[in-house]
Order: sequence, then C-alpha cells, then structure tokens
Amino acid sequence: MQRHLGVQLLAITVLAAIAFWVALPSTTMIRIVNPLNGQSLIERDASYRRGLDLQGGLQVVLEADVPPGTEVDSERMQAVRDIIERRVNALGTTEPVIQLAGNNRVIVELPGIEDPNRAIATFGETGLLEFIDAGFPSEAPQVGERVVTDFGTQAPVTDTANVRVYRTIFTGADLRSAEIAFDPNTNQPQIAFEFKSGEPTRRLAEFTRNNVGRIMAITLDKVVISTPVIRDEIPDGRGVIEGDFTLEEAQALVIQLRYGALPVPLKIVQVRAVGATLGEDSIQRSVRAGVIGVLSVVAFMLLYYRLPGLLANVALVIYGAIALALFKLIPVTLTLAGIAGFVLSVGMAVDANILIFERMKEELRAGRSLVAAVHIGFRRAWPSIRDSNVSTLITCAILFWFGATFGASIVKGFAVTLALGVMVSLFTAVTVTRTFLHVVMSSGLVRNRWWFGV
Amino acid sequence: MFNIVQKRYWFFGFSALVLLPGIVALLLWGLNLAIDFTGGALLELRFDQVDAPPLPGEVTARLEAMGYTGPIVQTTEEGTVLIRLQEITNEEKEAIKAALEAEYGPSTELRFESVGPVVGQEVTQRAIVAVAAATVGILLYMALAFRNVPHPFRYGTCAIIALLHDTFIVLGTAAILGHFLGWQVDALFLTAVLTVIGFSVHDTIVVFDRIRENMHVYKGLPFEDVVNRSIVQTLDRSINTQLTALFTLTALYLFGGVTIKQFIFWLIIGMMSGTYSSICNAAPLLVAWEKGELTRWLPGHRKQKKRAPA
Repeated sequence: MQRHLGVQLLAITVLAAIAFWVALPSTTMIRIVNPLNGQSLIERDASYRRGLDLQGGLQVVLEADVPPGTEVDSERMQAVRDIIERRVNALGTTEPVIQLAGNNRVIVELPGIEDPNRAIATFGETGLLEFIDAGFPSEAPQVGERVVTDFGTQAPVTDTANVRVYRTIFTGADLRSAEIAFDPNTNQPQIAFEFKSGEPTRRLAEFTRNNVGRIMAITLDKVVISTPVIRDEIPDGRGVIEGDFTLEEAQALVIQLRYGALPVPLKIVQVRAVGATLGEDSIQRSVRAGVIGVLSVVAFMLLYYRLPGLLANVALVIYGAIALALFKLIPVTLTLAGIAGFVLSVGMAVDANILIFERMKEELRAGRSLVAAVHIGFRRAWPSIRDSNVSTLITCAILFWFGATFGASIVKGFAVTLALGVMVSLFTAVTVTRTFLHVVMSSGLVRNRWWFGV
Repeated sequence: MFNIVQKRYWFFGFSALVLLPGIVALLLWGLNLAIDFTGGALLELRFDQVDAPPLPGEVTARLEAMGYTGPIVQTTEEGTVLIRLQEITNEEKEAIKAALEAEYGPSTELRFESVGPVVGQEVTQRAIVAVAAATVGILLYMALAFRNVPHPFRYGTCAIIALLHDTFIVLGTAAILGHFLGWQVDALFLTAVLTVIGFSVHDTIVVFDRIRENMHVYKGLPFEDVVNRSIVQTLDRSINTQLTALFTLTALYLFGGVTIKQFIFWLIIGMMSGTYSSICNAAPLLVAWEKGELTRWLPGHRKQKKRAPA
C-alpha cells in the first residue's frame, strides 16, 4: 500500500510538472531531443491559439451559388477549398483556417487580418488559369514561382529592369478538358488535355509549331503550376503533359487545370469581423475575471472543508495546468466562450470534490474512523460523479456537432473546452485528490476530525 | 429535518408563479432573435474624435436616407455605435461607414457581421434539433443508469420536466428582457440554454442517485420519506456546488468582457433554476407520481370519477 501510494504520488508530481511547464505562456515550442545523436524526436509548436474574437480577425462563410436543389459533388467542393486555401496563403496571414462545412459551404477564418475588404475580394474573384510563353528551359521559371503576365493589360507591356513580363497565350477559357492518362509503355501517369475546337485549337497548332523546344508554362493565379516543354506541334488540340508524376501529383494538376477557375461560383453568405481592440480588451478582462472566480472558489473550499479542501485546491491547480497544456497540445482554439467553458469546468471539478467531501463528513458523523470515512466517501460518491458528468459530456457532444456543422466556432469552442475540462476533472478530482488524502492519512500526522470540517 | 416533499405543492406553485410571466411574455412578444437566426447585419463602430456620442436618431435618419428600412441603432457613452439592419454586402458596409465618418470623423470598426437569411433559418432548425437531441440523449442515459430501480423511465421523465422548467425560466426571462431591454437571443444564448440543460440534469442526477442508493438503505420506509431523506442529505452538496458555480459566474459577469456578459447572465439564471428544480420539483415529482397524484390533474380522470358513482 505504502509503495503503491509512493509511485502514484510520484507519477502525479511528474505529470503536474510537465503540464505546468507546457502550460506556461513562455513555452512556445516543445522539442524532445534524442540524447544519443542529438536529433529532435518531437518538435511542435506550443503556443495558445486564440480565436477570432480574442485577437481580432475575419470569418467569411462562402456558399456554392447554384440553383436550389442542385447538388454540388464533394470533389468540386474540395477543389474550391484548395483553391481558396492557395489564395488565402498568398495573403500572408498566420494560421488561416479554411474548412468545408455541410456539403456546399466553405468557412474561411483569418486571424488578425487588418483589411477585410482586400481579403474578401481575394477569394471572391475567379481563379485565373494561364498558359504563358516561358522561353527556353534554361530561363524558364520554376513550379511554385510567382510571375507577372501581360493578361488583361491594354497596351503591350514590356519587361522592366528587374521584372520579366510573360506573354499569356491561352487562358483556362480555351481549355476544354483535362484528365489522367497512363503512358502505354511505362504505365507512368500523365495528363491528357484537349483544347476547344476552332480558334483555340488553330492557335495552339500555330504556337506549338513555331516554339518547339520552348516551355509553355501553366500558371494559376500567377503562380506556376507546371512547366511542360513543347516537343512537337499539336495539330488537333489534343496533347499530353508527361512528367515524373506520382498519381496524386497528376490528379492535383488535373483538378487545377479543370477547375482553375472556381469549379462552382461562390457567394458570401456570412461575414464576421472583429476589431483587434475589442479582442484585446476581452481577453484581459476574461482572464482577470477567471482568476477572481477561481480564487474565490479556492478560498471557499479551504474555509469550508479545511484539509480535504486544501488538497482539493492543489488538485484544482494541477487540473488547470493539465487542461491548459491540453489546449496547447491538441490544439484547441480559445474563444471567449471557450474560456467561459473552461472556467465553468472548474466549477464541475469542484463539484466532484464537494460530493466526495460531503460524503466523508456524513460517514464521520455516523461514527466511522477517518480512514474508513475517506474510503467510503470516495466509493459512494463515484456513481453520482460519473452519471452527472456523462450527462454533461452528452450535451457537449451535441453542442460540438451543432457548432461544427454551420461554422459557429463560438459554440464549438465552448463545447470542446467544457468537455476536456470535465474529463480532466474526473481524473484530478477523484484520482489526484484521493492519492493526496491517502498520503496524508498514512503519514499519521492528521488524527483530528476538525481537519475534515466536522 | 426539513420536509420538502410534504410541502411539494408549495414549491410547484412557486415554480408556476415564476414561470407564468415568462410564458406570457413568450406568447405575447416571442423571442428577440439576433441575426444568427434571422439573417441580417450588425455593424459596431467607435468614433474616437467626437465630443458627444452620435445620437441614435441621427444615425437612423442617415441610414434611412440611404434607403435602409428599419435600422436599429444603439449608442454608448464611449462613442460606439451599434447598427442592426438587413443583410448587406461589404461594399454597402463601406458606404455606410463613409457616410457616418463624414459626419462624425474617423472611426474604428469593432465588429461587422452579416448573415444570409438562409443560413439564419438553418441555424434555427439545427438549434431545435440540437435541443431535442440533447434531451433524448439524456433521457436514454438516465433510463440506462436507473435500469435497476422500479420505474426507471419515471426518473428520466422527471429529470426532463425539471429540465423543461429551467429551459422555460431562461426562455421566459429572455422574452421579457428582449422586450424591455432589447437583449437578443443569439448563438451564444443557445449555448447557454444547452449548458443549463446539462447542469440541470447534472443536479437532478445527484439527488436521484441518492434516492437509488437509499432505497436499499431504508428498505422499510415509505418512498416519500426515502425521497425526502435523499434531498436533505444532498442539500449541503447542492448548495455548496451552486455557491462555487455562482462565485465563478459572478466574477465573469462583473469583470469579464462585454461580449459574454449576457451569456453569463443566462447561465446564472439557469443554474439557480436548475438547483431549485432538482431539489423542489424533480424529486418531489417522483413522489407525486408514485402516489398517483399526477393523473388527478388530468381533466379526463375527474370526469371518470364523477361518473363512477352514478
């Protein structure tokens, strides 16, 4: 029994120490290094993720603009998401969140964005697919490079001293189809494309005839996505892009060619913008309020339950550290409602302890010894703690589903922090407090029932 | 020892008295729904270089001159202006901002939200489904947890009645405050209601759990006494838990950010109601059911009794 307790106490201490270290605001990176070769085994970011309402930012919900009753297949929505993600990344915001919601919506969250107008304009516009004359392979731009083209300019544009302006030969409007094909000899994936008949096909034939050996780079929103070399004239508008593609790469390129323009028109159905000042104000106030609330609970527990109250308070502090550490590690995006959920879960953690301690007092009043009262108190209180917390978890699950399906991240954040809090509190309020109490009891220091508030 | 069960009709009556104004308000005025549910736009601006805050009437007139019907404008002492109107695009918002800035000087955009009417409708539907699903989930869990006591279904039902009590206390208060103070029911309100549901059941389960246990301990006692003992034995815990929850909530209410103030208020109302209803409604209701008092209130039952002697 004694040794068993010692091991438990040690395990709790180690866990608490790790949790405290992770939860500290100054810990922004977790790195575990292999002592043998000095290589990093684990390296991950460990800063608190603040939601839009806390740091300011923009949330836009876009919906496929199709006639009512029309289904939009998931492949197209995935392509929409990918295209928007690329455009958002070009904006240079940190930690943007782009996710699909339901079967026809995309939610874009941009923390800390200063200019909502520019951001909204960026994903509202149609993606532009261009085929540009990129010159010979030695001078051509690389895949992923951002280029300047003359598309849409009125007067002919010439290169300036440090910027090369590429000539746009075709746009996505000239392309009819693109699909995966396989090289009959090597079975290597390749992309078969077809230009529209008439003018585009005629121009393609002319251009390829005159530019054999040069690169006709393909760009999407001015970023190079492929750099095929013209091998031969393409007389009938049908060509193949060969390359060292994996199947996934080929598929990705096909989607870009096919849906370079957004595959479905989008409309903005919801915009939420929070100024950074409101966010800053909120976080300071809420943190202060949380501290005051928790301190008053701590004081109450100490005064009313004395020794068990003190131990419960220590468990409560460990609880807070573990929960905060989990918020960082999972990571959970903290919103105002999320902080409220966390503070509320502190109340639930305390409730578990109150249930146990009231039970212990009853057993003491009934004339049992201290050791027996502690033992029975935990055992009898457990069903109540379990049942009441399960019902809270059921509510959390439903809230989470509700929040996730239509982008109410405020509701989702609340559900996540409350559920995490409830689960962690089951551990700290029961296991940790019990270990502490047993350690104190077995030390023989406490023999007086006064310590238990009786 | 307190006898809460014996005085149950006093407690039921008190609940009815508190519920009544709220239900009347719900029927008369309904809920003051925010744009989360109805669709529409909300724009909050702060004018920094103005001596006196803009007057709501002035702003309303300006918006109406721009062709918007029925804008709702609120202003604060600190120079912030909160505008609610139908759904607008980003360009329209910029136009409004420019027009107001021409009058009151440069502004900071604190908040802008615009929700399409279809989204609003969907949220409302999902909200109803969410509440219903939560209720059913809890009912099923309770039937499972109490499967070894006689009439397990009654425990679930009484917990649901207590839950409805708490929900309607919050909804009724929302209807009253919505009418008189303009408080709106938004996605956060819904979160509050669902939390109250969770806590209401949490509280009720603790009392019911004690009844379940005491039925073995006090085998000879009538059910009524067992229930009353269970309530009294859990009273300390109920009050203390309520107190600690109130400590944190009150701190959040008094010192927390403005944006969650109403949310916390709903939680406070709901949690107080939750503790009351588990002690004074849910458990006594079990006794009333056991004694067959519930059917007495049904009109059909009375008629049958009257007919019987004839």
